[in-house]
Amino acid sequence: MMNEPTVRIQKVRKDTVKIRLIIFAALAVILLVCSIFSDHLTPYDPYIQDLSNAKALPSAEHLFGTDQYGRDMLSRVIIGSRTSIYSTLILVAIITVIGTCIGIFCGWNGKWIDTVLMRISDVFLAFPGLVFALAVAGVLGGGLQNAIIALAAISWPKYARIARSQTLSLKETPFLKAARLSGSSTSKIIFKHILPNIVGPILVTSMLDIGTMMMELAGLSFLGLGAKPPTAEWGSMMSDTRGLMTTSPWITLSPGLAIFISVMIFNLLGDTIRDYVDPKSRRR
Amino acid sequence: MEPILQVRDLTKVFKRKGQPDYTAVDHMNFDLMPGECLGIIGESGSGKTTVVNMITRLLDATEGTIVLDGKDITNLRGRDLRDVYRKMQMVFQTPTDSFDPRCRLGDGIGESLRNNGWSQSDTKNEVIKLLGKCGLDPEFADRYPHQVSGGQCQRAAIARALAIRPKLLICDEATSALDVTIQKEIIQLLSDLRNQHGEALSILFICHDIALVQQFCDRVLVMYKGKLVEQGVPDEVIKNPRDAYTMRLIDSIL
Repeated sequence: MMNEPTVRIQKVRKDTVKIRLIIFAALAVILLVCSIFSDHLTPYDPYIQDLSNAKALPSAEHLFGTDQYGRDMLSRVIIGSRTSIYSTLILVAIITVIGTCIGIFCGWNGKWIDTVLMRISDVFLAFPGLVFALAVAGVLGGGLQNAIIALAAISWPKYARIARSQTLSLKETPFLKAARLSGSSTSKIIFKHILPNIVGPILVTSMLDIGTMMMELAGLSFLGLGAKPPTAEWGSMMSDTRGLMTTSPWITLSPGLAIFISVMIFNLLGDTIRDYVDPKSRRR
Repeated sequence: MEPILQVRDLTKVFKRKGQPDYTAVDHMNFDLMPGECLGIIGESGSGKTTVVNMITRLLDATEGTIVLDGKDITNLRGRDLRDVYRKMQMVFQTPTDSFDPRCRLGDGIGESLRNNGWSQSDTKNEVIKLLGKCGLDPEFADRYPHQVSGGQCQRAAIARALAIRPKLLICDEATSALDVTIQKEIIQLLSDLRNQHGEALSILFICHDIALVQQFCDRVLVMYKGKLVEQGVPDEVIKNPRDAYTMRLIDSIL
């Protein structure tokens, strides 16, 4: 009886997290659906030039105005979501999978291979990420694919760290010893007992990383190492038009706004998922 | 009669950086006969759990041999080692932690059966039988570890250990995390199981409660600082302790 008020408070807090989760997940889904069907959503062809109508102010006809070649900005921002969001998701998926695999492998095996891989990850963590990505992208050459490879090369250590430390602590738990005693093979133990138990924190990290990676990918594109013109990509769109910032700011600001909104949505979604799966907020 | 478990010169030395090596277990020798219940007592840090971890091969021995059912298992690896676990099972100290928090109890209990080629439906039926044997309703198979009490979880752990019908059951402080009444129930369950299985089941019972060992075990080993200091029938060891440490241990309780 005495405990009832506390229980209620916890329940209410949990519910707000749930509502937030639903809202942000819905927003993220809307964003994804928009980018999937971006072909059908664009009011104009995003690549058709109309020099007679260049740098037009936002109007009812062109909601975000037009750029220096007279291309409709709204259409370009919408079509750009495909490149920006998809390449980000692919990138995050790659680093999550690679990092987790390396981390579990290191944590499980230990010995010299663990030391070697972890020192390598130290090296990557010691460099400022984007600078290192710039170097890698510089060596590989421009292009969206190379930008993804460059960012993947510098971003996996974070996941490897998390997976490794989680695996190490799980390795000593009685239930894992029990699993070994039940005659389970190593691969079965990893897939059935380790992976399900560490997937939570890793998933949260990757959700939070979507925003960061979107920015970094846009950053590389901005610096000319990502998507090549005329491909509509938010980062490169901003970069190409930054000279027009003072005269026709809408051309630079509309892709910027798109980056801002999507990064915001994915970050908030990541935060909310973290709150949701946090064992402290989850009761029996 | 051939012993089910023979331990010879079992030694574990932990190498530590910047400190002298630490000998956790120092040349242990003992046998366990079929159907026998052997207790190991000793204070915390005396090396009881290290011995058990070496016998179950969760930890590699520095020196010595372990022979289980006539087969030297000291250096087995991979598939051969997994086959050994059909003869030897363990019940852990912390019941709730010994089940994967994301798996149902039934999955944990049936895991060894599934690993040894049992079909899903056979395993399911066997799990329900095992639960019944350990005094739990069939519905516990669908519960998660955090949804049951410690005593119920330990019963499930015993069911899991018995699933594959091992010849050797190791209980590593299986009752010490439970409260006294539940402790009694678990001991009762283990006694019943002993009576049911007779010579087919030997028990290695690690404990620091001398009264419990007296009640439950045929023979007792006393460990102190990694060494075996005394062994014998519990009643005699308690009445006429020969070693100074055993005397102190008994004095501390009586």
